Amino acid sequence: MSERMRATTSKLLGVALFLAAAGILIGFYVSKLTTDAGSPSYTVPVQTAGAHPVVDLTIQTVAAVGPQLSPGHPDFVSYLIRDTSGKWRRDTVWRLPANATVHVTIYNFDGASGLRNPYLARPLGVDGNQEVVDGKPVSVINPDDASHTFAVPQLGLIVALPGVADDAKDQCGYAPCPMSNAHRTITFTFHTGAKGHYRWQCFVPCAAGWIDGFGGPMQTIGYMDGFLDVV
Amino acid sequence: MASATTTAAGQPNHAKRVIVAWIVLSVVATPLVAIFLGPALPPGHASQQAGEQVAANTVMTSLVTPVICLLLVFFLYALKQFRAARGGALVDGPPLRNQNTIQVLWIVLTSATVLFLAGYGTYELLQNGSGGGQGPNPIAVPSGTKLQVQVIAQQWEFTYRYPSYGGLETSQLVLPENTEIELHVTSLDAIHSFWAYELGIKADANPGNDNIAFLKTKGPDTFHVRCAELCGLWHGYMFSNGRVVSASQFAAWVQQQQQLFASVERYMPPYANRYFPDPQRRAG
Repeated sequence: MSERMRATTSKLLGVALFLAAAGILIGFYVSKLTTDAGSPSYTVPVQTAGAHPVVDLTIQTVAAVGPQLSPGHPDFVSYLIRDTSGKWRRDTVWRLPANATVHVTIYNFDGASGLRNPYLARPLGVDGNQEVVDGKPVSVINPDDASHTFAVPQLGLIVALPGVADDAKDQCGYAPCPMSNAHRTITFTFHTGAKGHYRWQCFVPCAAGWIDGFGGPMQTIGYMDGFLDVV
Repeated sequence: MASATTTAAGQPNHAKRVIVAWIVLSVVATPLVAIFLGPALPPGHASQQAGEQVAANTVMTSLVTPVICLLLVFFLYALKQFRAARGGALVDGPPLRNQNTIQVLWIVLTSATVLFLAGYGTYELLQNGSGGGQGPNPIAVPSGTKLQVQVIAQQWEFTYRYPSYGGLETSQLVLPENTEIELHVTSLDAIHSFWAYELGIKADANPGNDNIAFLKTKGPDTFHVRCAELCGLWHGYMFSNGRVVSASQFAAWVQQQQQLFASVERYMPPYANRYFPDPQRRAG
């Protein structure tokens, strides 16, 4: 092989290696982006440890997340989670233990948007296939009254959240909303099962001002969707 | 007198050597591909349509095998036979001249192959639609009684309605074995595509549209369902598993689902081929 050919081959090999390395790095970066971009993860504290741990998940759903929690998009509808200090955080990637019993309490401060598919108005994949709305157990809500859903399709879990009445007094403007504002309280229990990375989402077209209510916060991780990191 | 593998000028008869090697390799490789590789080709054997797609893939792979053999033989022969001597001067090869026989043969063979595949594909398509969505007025309709199942796509999940069972809707696709199925695929929001891989079914799910596809299930099996149309943030997570089960298991499953469905039944819209859901209170 001539000197010139050898040099050309070395250059080509170098370019190929560079492209391969760049491809791998970009792949990792994109993978990371699609996994938890825009929403840092929050490890939900375990209440009762052991083979079958118990955790409490306290959540708030708001019509507008506000400038304090999302300066870039203060008008986005959003989920918030309450940490152990009682502070509300806009983190939608939640780390939960495997085979755990998860008691969920959701304070919904938002009004109703209505479900596209009424089938999703029935709680499923939760204990007794029931949710408790303002202290009353129900096996279905009126689909037109749905404000949001908490759904983990891979776990077969769906819970529709009824909204605050349109004419309710003292409605919340921006999050975090104080408990003195009009709200609905929804509780239910589910089980995490095996380890895995499960996405959760809202099925209600609740993104005000976007095409079909399904743009903006519905298409951005960190507001109306996220992951359950079951470890 | 020149031998069979040499020309009158004493040069080896390259064309003859290549053709002989090609024929030998093709005769050996093509049956191996058809017999051993063919059955393992996608998408699987969970339905009649999927089986037919495997057969079509086998036919095409078998047809292409001699072509690949020719390219390989020609490439390797040229690499060995026409390699320049180390340190030797680079000389140009003999000029290429018109060969009518080769040109005609090339056109005839490639045309025949393409026309055969067009005929074969059209025939297969007209039998039962080959698992593809045929729109609201399908041309290829298999005969016999069919179980109608509606596939409803939404961001980001498929749900299924069974009109024969009171419009029952579920988030699982379960089908009885050895049954003709008539799928009606639609969407409630964006454009999706229903792809049941091992069943060999792929049909676009468009809002306001009823896209019909047919399949005939075989024995008990599991299959994967995916959305095959980029449909938004969670497109990559729009997947699930489906099952083909025995008739008795299917009946038990329907009964169980009907119990779960009872609470929401009163809120369901009547079964229709397409839906224009309201409300859209917050839509822009």
